[in-house]
Amino acid sequence: MKHVKNLALSTAVALGVAFSGVLSEAAKAEDSNYVPLLTYRTGPFAGSGIHIANGMADYLHMLNERDGGIGGVRLEIEECETGYNAQKGVECYEATKGKGALVYNPYSTGITLQLIPKASVDKIPVLSMGYGLSAAAVGETFPWVFNVPDTYWDGASVVIKYIGEQEGGRENLKGKKIGYIFLDAGYGREPIPLLEQLAEKYGFELLQYPVPGKEMQNQSSQWLNVRRDRPDYMVMWGWGAMNPTAIKEAVKIRFPMDKFIGVWWSAGEDDAAAGGAAAAGYKAMNFSGVGMDFPALQDIKKYVVDTGKVPTDPESMGGTLYNRGVLNSVIIAEGIRTAQELTGKKVITGADMRMGLESLDLTEERLAELGLSGFAHPMKVTCDDHAGSHPVFIQEWDGEKFVKVTDWIEPMRDVVRPLLEAAAADYAEKNAPWPARTEPCPN
Amino acid sequence: MLYDIFIDPFVQMYQMPDFFLQVLWEGFVAGILYALIALGFVLIFKASGVFNFAQGIMVVFAGLTLVGLHENGVPAYLALILTIGVMGILAYSIERVVMRPLVNQPDIILLMATIGLTYFLIGFGEFIFGGEPKRMIADELGLPTGSTAFEFGERGLVILQHIDVAAAVIAIIMVATLGVFFNKTRIGRALRAVADDHQAALSVGISLNQIWAIVWFAAGLVALATGIMWGARSDVSFALEIIAFKALPVLILGGFTSIPGAIIGGLIIGFGEKIGELYWGGLVGGGIESWLAYIIALIFLLFRPQGLFGEKIIERV
Repeated sequence: MKHVKNLALSTAVALGVAFSGVLSEAAKAEDSNYVPLLTYRTGPFAGSGIHIANGMADYLHMLNERDGGIGGVRLEIEECETGYNAQKGVECYEATKGKGALVYNPYSTGITLQLIPKASVDKIPVLSMGYGLSAAAVGETFPWVFNVPDTYWDGASVVIKYIGEQEGGRENLKGKKIGYIFLDAGYGREPIPLLEQLAEKYGFELLQYPVPGKEMQNQSSQWLNVRRDRPDYMVMWGWGAMNPTAIKEAVKIRFPMDKFIGVWWSAGEDDAAAGGAAAAGYKAMNFSGVGMDFPALQDIKKYVVDTGKVPTDPESMGGTLYNRGVLNSVIIAEGIRTAQELTGKKVITGADMRMGLESLDLTEERLAELGLSGFAHPMKVTCDDHAGSHPVFIQEWDGEKFVKVTDWIEPMRDVVRPLLEAAAADYAEKNAPWPARTEPCPN
Repeated sequence: MLYDIFIDPFVQMYQMPDFFLQVLWEGFVAGILYALIALGFVLIFKASGVFNFAQGIMVVFAGLTLVGLHENGVPAYLALILTIGVMGILAYSIERVVMRPLVNQPDIILLMATIGLTYFLIGFGEFIFGGEPKRMIADELGLPTGSTAFEFGERGLVILQHIDVAAAVIAIIMVATLGVFFNKTRIGRALRAVADDHQAALSVGISLNQIWAIVWFAAGLVALATGIMWGARSDVSFALEIIAFKALPVLILGGFTSIPGAIIGGLIIGFGEKIGELYWGGLVGGGIESWLAYIIALIFLLFRPQGLFGEKIIERV
């Protein structure tokens, strides 16, 4: 009898706790905007993922501390660890979408591909900033997916454009060999169709060197192939432990580092530093500022890092990937602010957020207001173009830090856009019945 | 097609002998390192019949402990000694907490226990050291860096990385030392007795618990050496854990109970996968290295199911 009584008491307490949880969730939903962050601070890709996660979370926490959130409404920020694993990413999505999630940032092309079909059903936009499915830039087909400021195809076109400039014109690419070493996953394979198209157009030979995920730290065969094939340039689409290993191997075979160019996800300071002094000359694309010389970053330091409200190591602030995470959250924050203006609501929904992102117009003036003057190229999203094909620049590793070595380089929009449209149509056909866009254009 | 398979690779080897030598050298280094990883598995399997799923994470844990101690101001050589101590404590703890309570349980239970140990060490390691990759303190440990290039013919070049040479030398010394230890010392003979028959070993007064602790410690030392060498080639991160499973085809090939098998198996896989990838991989788009090792092992198994040096088990009914 005593056992039954205890059981009844325990059940009552448990129900009470659960009910109060429901109440507090409801209360939270009324006075905050919920932003889940799919991050990875563990596993093989943590080396890149930690910096991104810190940058994303710190900026949003700073807005809470400095401004009390956005539009007078605090942000409720929750991280969910994916380990860069698509299955875990989907689990995170399912576990958090019911809490009033405004937007998802998968930080993995694999997870992005899984979430794209769910976005229009659950009415929660996906923001894959500079990664994911390139074709998602076509807003007519993918109204719920945003890949501003650039697709991988934009990036690939910039690399070829830059190499063309180094050779005195793209017409001189004829007969050249360009090697492409990539993580053999959705991410690394994404730019291949565009590179193949450009190879055909300009007459260069594209040599491909896939690196399986399990062999990221064992790339000697790939680089022996590079040594034998003697490509004129190497282009890398790497992530996590693949990047430092590739740079070390390139040094090892004495590949000329000034002819080795990485995508913006192969642009981490730790990646380049792994190659030691001999890695000087390595280049990578970038679309976000490097360093701490921005008032908004100083605010992050002042309000949340120095006060110990976040676990970020102050030394890691200002790095390429940290700042990339900050830019990601700037886009989220501006999306929320725009949605609040458009709807007149303080607490918004995923559908409102979609409108906010589709109306995003991050001008030079706005960047200056945010304390981020020169941090990124002004970017604008339209209903038709969710990426915008914005310019990127090339930075070079000088042995200690990355230094910007080019002006902003425009992607080859004339080549990329028709391919994006064709790929979007192809995706819709292969995933029929793909829903036709019914969402009105907010701008 | 037939030309590409049967003629062209050999023509390439003849026309570019420097490159062929480089491939052989890379295969040799890879093979030695695979052998080192396989050795960790063999030691534990010999003593307890357990396939130690945690060997990979032990490599990471040892490497991170070494680098982590140094980052906290401990001089490199002292950090190395302390890391050896940590691996000793880990071995003792595993014997007390994991192995001893599971004595006489089916092998599959022990395997599951090592899988549990893997996830514990991943979580514990990330808790202590964080998830960020760390640079191996190769310079501080006095390991050589840089490379030497040997000219070969008119345009030929064979490049030897000093760290690879050091890896090969250290691996050979470790293998030889372990060989002497297990063949010539009292503890080594006791270990072989345990490997042959637990019950018989117990009946003549050999302490199973002591042997297991020693074997796990030896596997920990091998893990530390592997962590230093692989860490110096890339960096020390949790991604290294996967590298340990490169030892699987080596074990299939060399046998789970043979130290010479681990060495010969490692070399066959190392040479085989590099030559296969570099001269035949292009025919199927490259990237064959990760599965070619298993194909090589399976071909050997067709002729020797117990592996090259594995014990042939004959059961009469």
